[in-house]
Amino acid sequence: MLKPLEAPPVDHLDQLEARSVHILREAYANFKQLCMLWSIGKDSTVLLWLARKAFFGHVPVPLVHIDTSYKIPEMIAYRDRLAIEWNLTMIVGQNTEALLAKRTFPEGAVDRIACCGLLKTEALKHTLSGEWPRRRLNLKSGQYEPDRNTEPFTGVIVGARADEEGSRSKERYFSPRTNANAWDVGEQPPEFWNQYKTEFAPGTHVRIHPLLDWTELNIWEYIRREQIPTVSLYYDHGSGRRYRSLGCGPCTQCVESGARDVPEIIEELKSGKFANIAERSGRAQDRDDGGGLETLRRDGYM
Amino acid sequence: MLTATATLPTDHRRLNLVIGGHVDHGKSTIIGRLLADTRSLPEGKLEQVRARCERNSKPFEYAFLLDALKDEQAQGITIDAARVFFKTAQRPYILIDAPGHIEFLRNLITGAARAEAALLVIDAKEGVRENSRRHGYMMGMLGIRQLVVLVNKMDLVGYDREVFRRIEAEFRAFLSQLGVKPDGFIPVSGREGDNIASRAAAMPWYQGPTVLETLDRFRSEEPDSDKPFRMAVQDVYKFTGQGDERRIVAGTIDSGRVSAGEEVVFYPSGKRSKVASIEVFSRAPQSAAKAGEATGFTLAEQIYLSRGEIATVAGQPRLQVVTRLKASIFWLGREPLVKQKDYVLKLGSARVPVRVEEIHRVLDASTLDVDDAKSQVDRHEVAECTLRTSRPIACDLASDLAATSRFVLVEDYEIRGGGIVREALPDAAGKGAVPFAARHHQRALVLVAAGERGPAMKADDGLLDAGRIATCLGLESSSEETLRRISEAAQLLRDAGVILVAGPAEPTTERGSVLEPC
Repeated sequence: MLKPLEAPPVDHLDQLEARSVHILREAYANFKQLCMLWSIGKDSTVLLWLARKAFFGHVPVPLVHIDTSYKIPEMIAYRDRLAIEWNLTMIVGQNTEALLAKRTFPEGAVDRIACCGLLKTEALKHTLSGEWPRRRLNLKSGQYEPDRNTEPFTGVIVGARADEEGSRSKERYFSPRTNANAWDVGEQPPEFWNQYKTEFAPGTHVRIHPLLDWTELNIWEYIRREQIPTVSLYYDHGSGRRYRSLGCGPCTQCVESGARDVPEIIEELKSGKFANIAERSGRAQDRDDGGGLETLRRDGYM
Repeated sequence: MLTATATLPTDHRRLNLVIGGHVDHGKSTIIGRLLADTRSLPEGKLEQVRARCERNSKPFEYAFLLDALKDEQAQGITIDAARVFFKTAQRPYILIDAPGHIEFLRNLITGAARAEAALLVIDAKEGVRENSRRHGYMMGMLGIRQLVVLVNKMDLVGYDREVFRRIEAEFRAFLSQLGVKPDGFIPVSGREGDNIASRAAAMPWYQGPTVLETLDRFRSEEPDSDKPFRMAVQDVYKFTGQGDERRIVAGTIDSGRVSAGEEVVFYPSGKRSKVASIEVFSRAPQSAAKAGEATGFTLAEQIYLSRGEIATVAGQPRLQVVTRLKASIFWLGREPLVKQKDYVLKLGSARVPVRVEEIHRVLDASTLDVDDAKSQVDRHEVAECTLRTSRPIACDLASDLAATSRFVLVEDYEIRGGGIVREALPDAAGKGAVPFAARHHQRALVLVAAGERGPAMKADDGLLDAGRIATCLGLESSSEETLRRISEAAQLLRDAGVILVAGPAEPTTERGSVLEPC
């Protein structure tokens, strides 16, 4: 017979944190060319914080940001400020070719999905492989300079969460990608007992997802507990509108919400109007991809 | 009968739940019901699916809810152990939906290994089938301690108590052969919602809890803080480049607890030191750490450690250190597991080449039929094997400590199987399974003597005279490759528990004599 439930001696955030830290340490121990994607959003910033937890205040892994040039300016300022404050190895990649040729959605040349494909997926693919120039932030001068490391990254840490949308709900913590960057959703490796896919064939790489078990609510609860700095775009400053999810300016819409700070966002997620509405509902490319991101993600989108 | 438990804070930890069962036994309907009855569906979803059914003059089914969600999320492209999020008044859940088809056993395993509790669905009309048993077997082997069996589609058998009793008796008998004790059997109808969220008027003979009540009574798995201390060393961090002089041994505690000041012993090396401090970043200082924590500590003495070591506390039951072990293995590879082929065994943070020395018996996880004569283990089979690792590894027996008895087998970069250590066997030379250094009653050391060769030889002689197992190694060249080889040899000798004295080589052909560790 089952016993009645007892009070939880382990906090749920502690439990999530411990698992993520374990995964980050496994990644660091097993992948020589390891990087972490930082979108500047709340999830990958929590991931960055978890790295500081895992490595006792240090971040021994370079951070890669794909700059579409359409990110909201405040995001870029915040990125460089934290990079200097936290002593980060900050790498930026970009599809300069597409931008110069004006092959973007805001310029009217391509649709949203193609724009994401060019400015994010393509830029990511070639920045990871080292084929396209990587720029690295000089922490002393605050300027970006060409990075000398052009080795392909074989381990890429990404802040995807399973509750975001369907294709992410099927991810593994350690998820292999082919040399064409593709994801074979139907043939994923088994993953159990804290043993992950840390061996990989030459030319392939592994995406590592330490935040898979976190929900949007957990992210905000953790931001509150740890006092992690976030971009102010997430909060309402009096207009009754705020960003719930951050992306490129032209494809990310504000939501109607008067949440002014982290506790108010948590309240809103728990019992308010967002309790049953998907987080990425303000992201236009998801709708254009048939409501999911599987098409984009199979090709290497994060 | 169980009564409702007191209301818990809504922040309560999420429970990981896996649902398994034979294909078409009604898992999707039950999940759809759970989502609808706990109001965990997105706004308007239920109405939308009902309306679509009406338009197509198709009777509404709760399974469509799950399909609709999956379709929407993934365009119905893939089948995997998808996570479904829902919550009851008590707490949130992640339900891992494992496909019933045998092809997807690896997904069931992935899902079930993360789960703290399991639901197994059996069709009342079809009865116990192949994958009902196989899933039951795997859940037991993966270490799920809470299991409830749902006998579904009771409406199709006229809510007949006898049908339910028969299935319960049959499946209970099957599970008892595996040593699995289910927490209960519930007669349900996913379609009618009987005994899912509310009690079924149609089955007054059933007085037990509903499915929802059962879920809320499952206990969150608590880390084993009261068992012996075990922590696989994930890494040793030293960020001197960043001006940080700490040397931190990092890992996640599998069981037990450790405090500053305690003596720790690492296996397989047998090295010892005292914990100087527990290290944290951006949280209150702590003087102890316990199971479930991803932690790190500094040591009083700077000993050389690497991945593959497991930390224990001195005086507590020690680990087995073996090169031969008997294990229960399940195999997922398309190619069979065979003898005389190299695999890689991963246990904790250890990673060692391994071979199958003997396949004792192969078991069909569904029928429990045993084959003693098979010389290979095919896909989805379970087997008792003797494995031989190329280097000593530290582990526990499954009967002592589960976490540190579990390993995976890797072939061609992929995890192809999993297993648990049943028995530690003496190595090929018949030596017992204890750390080498401890067996020699000494500590493995590498001493480096500078200058002339004389002092090194003298030190070696002195050690031998004192009854130590020691040897001398000449360093003649400083080329990188030579140094690499020497350091490898030094490590091997150290692992064998030998005291190694390294000094300048004599310009003759004579080398330090390597003594057999005995």
